[in-house]
Amino acid sequence: MMNEHTVTAYDDELKLLFRKVSEMGGLAERITQQSVQALSNGDVSLAQAVIVEDAVLDRLQNEVDENAILTIAKRQPMAMDLREIVAAIRISGDLERVGDLGKNIAKRVIAVSDLFQPKSLMRGLEHLAELGTLQLKDVLDAYSSRDAERAQMVWHRDEEVDQLHTAMFRELLTYMMEDPRNITLCTHLLFCAKNIERIGDHATNIAETIHYVVTGEMFGENRPKGDRASEIALELDGEQAG
Amino acid sequence: MNLMSGVEQEAAVNQAIEPSIKMRGEKVSVFYGDKQALFDVDLDIPECQVMALIGPSGCGKSTFLRCLNRMNDTIDICRVSGNIQLDNEDIYAPHVDVVELRARVGMVFQKPNPFPKSIFENVAYGPRIHGLTKDRTDLEEVVTTSLQRAGLFEEVKDRLDEPGTGLSGGQQQRLCIARAIAVSPEVILMDEPCSALDPIATAIVEELIAELRENYTIVIVTHSMQQAARVSQKTAMFHLGNLVEVDETDTMFTNPKSQKTQDYITGRYG
Repeated sequence: MMNEHTVTAYDDELKLLFRKVSEMGGLAERITQQSVQALSNGDVSLAQAVIVEDAVLDRLQNEVDENAILTIAKRQPMAMDLREIVAAIRISGDLERVGDLGKNIAKRVIAVSDLFQPKSLMRGLEHLAELGTLQLKDVLDAYSSRDAERAQMVWHRDEEVDQLHTAMFRELLTYMMEDPRNITLCTHLLFCAKNIERIGDHATNIAETIHYVVTGEMFGENRPKGDRASEIALELDGEQAG
Repeated sequence: MNLMSGVEQEAAVNQAIEPSIKMRGEKVSVFYGDKQALFDVDLDIPECQVMALIGPSGCGKSTFLRCLNRMNDTIDICRVSGNIQLDNEDIYAPHVDVVELRARVGMVFQKPNPFPKSIFENVAYGPRIHGLTKDRTDLEEVVTTSLQRAGLFEEVKDRLDEPGTGLSGGQQQRLCIARAIAVSPEVILMDEPCSALDPIATAIVEELIAELRENYTIVIVTHSMQQAARVSQKTAMFHLGNLVEVDETDTMFTNPKSQKTQDYITGRYG
């Protein structure tokens, strides 16, 4: 790690900033994981707890922003310090969105709690959620160890999340076509799957930010996209027309 | 993909308009008696750009700056070795007229040091002793133009016969810049030109530096990292008499290569 600043209060400010971002990371991870757990178990009270927790995440994000802005104003950070502070602002923004997406899943738990939930559908969603949560966990570990290589692995693995999401999309469409009574449940699950896929995207954003912090260079690569869900819609339109 | 090729295009354009080298230092070493203050510094000064020299006190940045117009000649125990060129000509060659060199490579100091004469005379002094003007009208024109370029004319035009020392600190510094410009230099050296000025006067001088860059090559020594980041295109970092790193200013302050630079600009220098 870096040497200490001549001005020790500067170090304290940065440490506080990183601690808050880490705290947000832990919370976002838990919200994601618990929202899916509430969904697969039909656990309404857990879902309600998740909704409450998201408010804490929002508050922390405001604190991170305020601290970062104050530090920029007071210290005029340069080089590594500047990159770290910009990264804290960006990562906290991503984590706040992750919390929102988790909260949205939790709200849907309450909406679908009375509906029959086919096991195979739920298993597919759980699998997607496991991968999404793992992505988030790995990228947060990469952040705390400032490990650009590990961040890059997360970034590449997002393709798998996308592919699973596409598969999930097909499966849900099939269920809806089989029996219109499935449409309410499947629409909610479709949004849940999309939310998890979006959480995966935030994990890749964070991975790119880590790359910037460590190397000082913007991540230039174009990510391979595994999400074909939008194209499936077009295929179906075609079928209907024909 | 389009974005990448755009960046590459921009890089290619930047490559094409890469400025020529106005001054070049090769293996420049400076000794004060037995003590070596500068060690084999190789540094190119690009034309019509601002180069900032940064580093902790005693790092040799001012010493290097003073080599560029042979100000170190005035110190008896000081010896300079290596090679310094202005437009590919050795400025330490025996035939070089130092007075003429200093007209081509002007200097502005940390503390504004106007002569104890009128504002007009402060600016007119250089052109007069160098015989640059043919008559009074010509001289008046040079004084007016120089004061205008230094952004001071409007403030002093009604009191050109008043003493230069009666101006405020920021005005005095701009008077010194006008004095430096009056002899039509090609390079202007600035040794912490804003360290005695308040933030508003500093901003005015920085604005002036940005304008002067169109016609002059500028080398500035500054203790303010933010100022170096604001005014310069290239930055050179000195430490203990060595040139540690030189790079584009934008890169230097976001992603420096050397740990010493990183420590210094982030405030970790012990």
